[in-house]
Amino acid sequence: MFQNRNTFLFTFLLLLLVVSLLLNISFGQVAIPLKEVFKSLLGSNASKETWEYIIINFRLPKAITAILVGIGLSISGLLMQTLFRNPLAGPYVLGLSSGSSLGVAFVILGAGVLPNFLSEMLLSSFGIIIASCLGSLFVLLLVLLVSNKLRDTMSVLIVGLMFSSFAGAIVSVLTYFSTAEQLQKFTFWSLGSIGNLSWNNIIFLSNAVLIVLILSLFSIKSLDALLLGENYARSLGLNIKKSRLIIIFATSILAGSITAFAGPIAFVGLAVPHLAKLLFQTSNHKILFFGTILIGAIIMLFCDMVSQMPGMDFTLPINAITSIVGAPVVIWLLLSKKRMI
Amino acid sequence: MEDKKNILTTSNLSIGYKTKNAENTIAKNLNINLSEGKLISLVGANGIGKSTLLRTLTGIQKPLSGTVFLNNKDIQTFDSVALAQNLSVVLTERLPSSNLTIFELIALGRQPYTNWIGKLSNDDLEKINSAIELTQIDHLSDKKHYEISDGQLQKVLIARALAQDTPLIILDEPTTHLDLLHKVSVFKLLKKLSKETNKCILFSTHDIDLAIQLSDEMIVMTETTFEQDEPCNLISKGVFDTLFKNENIYFDPEKGKFIVTN
Repeated sequence: MFQNRNTFLFTFLLLLLVVSLLLNISFGQVAIPLKEVFKSLLGSNASKETWEYIIINFRLPKAITAILVGIGLSISGLLMQTLFRNPLAGPYVLGLSSGSSLGVAFVILGAGVLPNFLSEMLLSSFGIIIASCLGSLFVLLLVLLVSNKLRDTMSVLIVGLMFSSFAGAIVSVLTYFSTAEQLQKFTFWSLGSIGNLSWNNIIFLSNAVLIVLILSLFSIKSLDALLLGENYARSLGLNIKKSRLIIIFATSILAGSITAFAGPIAFVGLAVPHLAKLLFQTSNHKILFFGTILIGAIIMLFCDMVSQMPGMDFTLPINAITSIVGAPVVIWLLLSKKRMI
Repeated sequence: MEDKKNILTTSNLSIGYKTKNAENTIAKNLNINLSEGKLISLVGANGIGKSTLLRTLTGIQKPLSGTVFLNNKDIQTFDSVALAQNLSVVLTERLPSSNLTIFELIALGRQPYTNWIGKLSNDDLEKINSAIELTQIDHLSDKKHYEISDGQLQKVLIARALAQDTPLIILDEPTTHLDLLHKVSVFKLLKKLSKETNKCILFSTHDIDLAIQLSDEMIVMTETTFEQDEPCNLISKGVFDTLFKNENIYFDPEKGKFIVTN
């Protein structure tokens, strides 16, 4: 019976994913009929050249980014929640996004003190991506260094939170000394955006997501063992330090590269694993892994659609939408089912 | 029949903690001999070092000196998977919250034998089912682990250790938090398992009266002494008199239990 229920759920989610993808591409400031979306995706020409141009150069990259970001953030959330045995853990608990923010803040807010040609170079979108990557890489190295020294995984979590508030504080200091224009630029970055990625960026991001998915696939067995707690997991022959390192490494690559390209997108990483757990009613990571991937992609596509509803001539920040849509859903689910995690 | 195979032995084992400047020895010159098919209990007052001993015997903590031999091999030289195939544990800690069903929980005991993604083979399923059968928890297997009582959970955790299919099972205070009836039922289950599966089962406990009645052998730790023997021999040696040095309680060798002084 359980087998059947899961097959049904997976089929349903897969269909939902396809539907959301098509709708996502068809929605936007210029509404494109579904039939035309089909046509140009399948390689034949759409009735209007502009439609095809929009789809290939804007809609499709954005939809793919949404899927990659959704999958990436959700999977790292799942990994973190099991590793730390904490329902509040997400991809950013280790302070990675704060590291990114710090990097970007240094570039945007600190550019004023640099010579002109340098600051221009840094302020390009490429410079911001590099800064964000370096920021999260810096935090990643610190976390890996610390987690190798600490026996207790909970301490790693606390250290991550400390990094996070430390970086946050420095960002605050920087904002205090910056101009209104710089502040606005930084705020826009922190609101997140999945619409600005070139195809090259997307290829890079998909590689990062793919590597991490493979790493997590190999962590499924250890994650299942960790459900019993670290001591039992160790007694089952699990090398805790090694598995922990792999999991943290995987999450960091994901959180770092996603934040770099799309800004610190909140909530998805925290909420989607819970949705998967509530929907599939299991802790078995073989099922949760694929469930989380599907739900993550669907939610991100959906949030992106909401952020640019037809008829609006502006796009709402994706970061706000994910929380506005996500928070009530999780609360409702928790209230309607009794048990979390 | 009496020629039982030794599963775990120690030679001149010293246990304790090493800090930067000093060694804090908790007990030394321990020579333990655990053999197959035996139910052995470890008793001693709080803080006497039972947990340290169990941690050392399970290879988590290094001995200060001496060696723990598991199947005639130094336990510190086992790699983690090989150790998991020779030694399973039941701990006192609470399980983190999850949606694991009882069956899944017991199936995790097969991890040392499964492939990279943890797929259960027919052999694995057989071992799991026989563990469920031996512990008589068939009716629980579809339940979530948070839906059952403490007594049932203890049996489930024992079944998980059985599924791990190791010659030695070590349990840390498996009867704490249980009422008398469930304590007895866990003890009798352990007794039955040691006889039917010929495994060696070592557990620590504070239920000394029950341990005296049901164990094949007991290890008694006090500040000054360390004895491993059959319960009746330990009683006649007067070992239990030294267990608690307090005027409020004394050991009655006739009844085989502790009596509160009036």
